[in-house]
Amino acid sequence: MSKVVFTSAAGETREVEANPGDSVMETAVRNGVPGIVAECGGSLSCATCHVFVDDADLASLPEMEEMEDEMLWGTSVDRQPNSRLSCQLRVVDGCDLHVTTPETQV
Amino acid sequence: MTGHGLLIIGSSQAGVQLAVSLRALGYEPPITLLGDENHRPYQRPALSKEFLQDKITKESLIFRSAEYWAEHRIDVVKGEYIQSVTKRADGSGVAHSASGRDFPFDRLALTVGARARRLELPGADLDGVLYLRQADDALELKARTPDASRVVVIGGGFIGIEAAASLATLGKQVTLVERGPRLVRRAVGEPTSEFMLSHHRQQGIRIELNADIEEIVGAEGRVQGVRVNGELIPADIVLVGIGVIPNTGLAEELGLAVDDGIVVDEFAVCSDGVTLAVGDCANLPNPIPHSPAGERVRFESVNHAIEQAKVAAYAITGREEEYAGVPWFWSNQGELKLQIAGLSTGYDQMVDRSPADPRKFSVLYYRDGRLIAADCINAPLDFMIVRQALGAGVDLPAERVADPGVPLKSVLTELQSVAETAVSAHAPIPAQTTGK
Repeated sequence: MSKVVFTSAAGETREVEANPGDSVMETAVRNGVPGIVAECGGSLSCATCHVFVDDADLASLPEMEEMEDEMLWGTSVDRQPNSRLSCQLRVVDGCDLHVTTPETQV
Repeated sequence: MTGHGLLIIGSSQAGVQLAVSLRALGYEPPITLLGDENHRPYQRPALSKEFLQDKITKESLIFRSAEYWAEHRIDVVKGEYIQSVTKRADGSGVAHSASGRDFPFDRLALTVGARARRLELPGADLDGVLYLRQADDALELKARTPDASRVVVIGGGFIGIEAAASLATLGKQVTLVERGPRLVRRAVGEPTSEFMLSHHRQQGIRIELNADIEEIVGAEGRVQGVRVNGELIPADIVLVGIGVIPNTGLAEELGLAVDDGIVVDEFAVCSDGVTLAVGDCANLPNPIPHSPAGERVRFESVNHAIEQAKVAAYAITGREEEYAGVPWFWSNQGELKLQIAGLSTGYDQMVDRSPADPRKFSVLYYRDGRLIAADCINAPLDFMIVRQALGAGVDLPAERVADPGVPLKSVLTELQSVAETAVSAHAPIPAQTTGK
């Protein structure tokens, strides 16, 4: 097992046990973590699962594909260098992730 | 009140969102979320796409963990089909399931969805004629796919095209036949239909439009092909995607107004003033700003189920909140990612701002000189900016958007800053009157 630590825009932190292979978005939604909407269920269509990844974790992530990159330019809260769509981030066994959710997704 | 709380019949997108939103709003009474399928509440959209292509597992379709439901005191019941409902004038009553169980409630919400329209043709009941609406449909299709090499898809709507593209990706020889003159006629503009047609033909899918679909042909009870325009097209599987019919049976039995769906007001409340109806099954006043007065619509989309469920949750907790945002839709068809913002119905002008890249497509639609919608293929940024503009009530003038080299985001940002300047020059800002 691994864990994902979600921090809200207001600074509240929630730690969730995550199954390796699941996306960070799925991990959040299944456990009712606020701040991740994910209307499209992970098909890279809605850009409502935007997160800011802790700088220390950035290097462990796969590079983003063109579609994710383009969609991040249209998120509700403007993208930052550490922005990702959490539906594209897979939990890796033994590798914890720390992300912050934006103030709003829509 | 008798302490039974809310019974939600239908545990798909609308029902799940209603339950979740109610708890988020602090609603305390019991909630029962009941579905007739023998699955935990799951998401449908991927059934014709990623799930069919084996890109994701059944587990990733599941909406919420068991722990979530328990922690939020939402009693999830599966595999119970409600046959009849007895309701009193105050909105409370009892729902009776086919298995003989009774589910008493203080208030009822119908999130009963829609069912696949059945094909009415000779041979339609042959083995191998399949539909794609529920998880069991998808599981059956997936189970049969390895042994099939030729598939005929009947219907050129979203489900038909998505499934055709998925099956072609799996190496099947796919023919799609459509009675009408173009693909997805109800939901996209003509250039979008043309773009999809040309793309899918290039991918090797045979597509026949204006097709006279005569009969399903079989032997020994098994499907063998479809006779179209006099030609027998061989098929190991015939997949039918010819639209859905809203489930209005319970509402009719309850004496609720029904007209292409269960008739509700802008707060998702039925004609009895207390029962709610949300999602694919609901017929509601068109929530889109500037739509003709009195116009009613029924949406079949995830986004609508979510937004209307939020409205219903507010209504249950005593707040009259109007529908927020603009409808949007998506359809992944093999390499095509179609995203639609707004409704293009009734457009009188369109602006094609497709970039030079032949894989991309972007058309904006206008009515009476006002932006109403966009169809975007592999052009997600245009989609998102149009969605934001429509949601914010900002018009993107046609003459400003024609050059694909000009990002819509810069046009929107500029117009929004102009609007803010204008508003601040006209203080005080009028108070909201809708109780928000």
